[in-house]
Formats: sequence, structure tokens, C-alpha cells
Amino acid sequence: MEILTIIAVIAIIASLIADRHKTWKGIKKGLVMFLKILPAILSVLILVSILLYFLPNELIVEYLGEDAGLTAYVFAAIAGSIALIPGFIAYPLAGILVKTGVSYPVIAVFITTLMMVGILTLPVEIKYFGIRISLIRNILYFLGALIVGFLISLFYIL
Amino acid sequence: MREILKKNRLNFLIIVAFTVFVAVSYSINYTLGENIFKEQFYGFTKEMILFLPIMFILIGLGDVWINREKVEKHIGKNSGLKGIILVIFLSMAQVGPLYGAFPVTYLLWKKGASIRNIFIYIGAFCTIKIPMITFEIGFLGWKFSVLRTLFTLPIIIIIGVLMEKLLKNKSFEVKQL
Repeated sequence: MEILTIIAVIAIIASLIADRHKTWKGIKKGLVMFLKILPAILSVLILVSILLYFLPNELIVEYLGEDAGLTAYVFAAIAGSIALIPGFIAYPLAGILVKTGVSYPVIAVFITTLMMVGILTLPVEIKYFGIRISLIRNILYFLGALIVGFLISLFYIL
Repeated sequence: MREILKKNRLNFLIIVAFTVFVAVSYSINYTLGENIFKEQFYGFTKEMILFLPIMFILIGLGDVWINREKVEKHIGKNSGLKGIILVIFLSMAQVGPLYGAFPVTYLLWKKGASIRNIFIYIGAFCTIKIPMITFEIGFLGWKFSVLRTLFTLPIIIIIGVLMEKLLKNKSFEVKQL
């Protein structure tokens, strides 16, 4: 996190030197986006806090941890394909889950399917591309997401 | 401000209810309420609240500096490798959910982008947007983010090429809503 802060500071200084007006516009734009997403982030954090308080850590580790086996991946892939969570919320959530004991490979499958496959957005996609193309895209991306998840898991397990 | 309130009715309800619950818990020493706040919520939130505005400032700066129109001119049917690289950079600079990408693909298609580049755009849009990458690095770490980006890139390019092969002799169009 420190590195990102340093990058941000450098970016702001560079941007200020290049164009002061544009920089303020960008900073303002970013902060407005932050305020727009803040209520959603806070309420997700509240719900997750309550849920994790009542859900024992051992249970999470048992079902989604390192030794959870194939079921954990199947669950992650299905949840990721169906869920419609913006990244601004999915990543903080994933960070919390990792700290709680969910393994990185399981998180990887969840995150990749979440991003690449959209079952709930399929009706919107069909309006633009038609049924056939939308289905082909989602199936190919589902397979792609599994491959990426599998490759990442190799680096965490080995 | 009013717009934010309007769109987040349920979220504000949750936030207010939780605030009241925690405040009451502390005033009557109700341990369950205190612990949910202290052990869970506070721990999750304190670093995030400092970190998120910084990330969003980066995203805002990216948004004002990247010129989308210039890129769109160079991703047509015979654009080759240069087209692929450009379309990936173009989509990396975007913000928003997947369904926000579809209207852009319509514009790209109208401007003559190839089928391959349209699907690479969608792929890169949903996986390696810079705003998302900053979040990913922040919450899951560099290792995870670098690995995922490295593995995802070839896969979305392969799927783009595959889609073009599959659809080459069939009519392909992106409809406008």
C-alpha cells in the first residue's frame, strides 16, 4: 500500500507540473467517484463484519481454505459467474476473505470468473450481440477464467 | 449529494442502523455489539478509508490524461499487432462495470474495429482496467495482480482471435440500444 501511495504522489506532482488545471479536474473527479461508491463500500463492510462475526473462522478455512479441495473451487467459480459485484467492492471483500483464511487460489477463481463471466448481465449483452455470440463469449471466458485461476493456484500451492 | 443519497437508500439505511446499534451497544456495554465493531468493522475499515481516496485520485488523473478518440482511429481490420496493443491500452483506461463496455463496443464496431479487437476490448475491459488493478494490488498484493494480468492477457487475445475465426463468414453486428 505504501508503494501505491508513493506512485500517487509522484503522479500528482508530475501532473501538476504538466497542467495544473487538468490535475485539479482529475483529483476532483476521483474524489467524487470515491464519494459515490463510499456508501456501498461501508454497507458491504458492515454486512461482512456482522456475517464474519457469527461465522467461525475455522468453518471458512475448512470450506474455502487451502485444504478445502475441489468443492471450494466449484463454489468459487459458480459464485463468481453469477455474482454482480463491482471491483471496488469485490477487492476489499477478497482482501478480508484472504485475511480470514480463504486461500489465494480460491480467491483467484472467484475474482477471474467474477470479472470475465456475467450471467446476470447476459440479458444486456444479448441485446448488443445476440444470443449466440453472447453465449459463446461467456462459455469461452468461463473456461479462460478457470485456466487463469488454475495457473495462479500453481504459484501459490507449489 | 442528493443524487448519492437517492441512489443509496438501502446503503444509508444499513449505515444508520449500524451506527445506532454500535452507539447503543457502547452505552449499555453490550459486548456483542462492541465486538462486532471493534474486532471486525474497525479493523477492516481503518486502512481502507485512508487508502481508497488515494486510489480514486489516481483513477481520476488517469481519466483526464488519456485521450480515447485518438486511439479509436487505429484499431481497424488490418491493424495487426499494433491494433491489439492499442485496444488493450484503450480498455485499460476505462472505468465502470462490464455492461458499460457494450455501448463502447458499438462505437468501436461502427468505426470499423475488427471482430478480434472488439472482443479483446471486452476482455481487457473486464480484467485489466487500471482502476481495478490498483484495487487488486492494494487488497491482494503485487504477486497476485502481476500473475493474474500475465495469464489473462494471452487468454483474452486467444479468445479474441477465436471469436473472429468463428464469426468470420457469418454476419456480425453490434446493435445499439
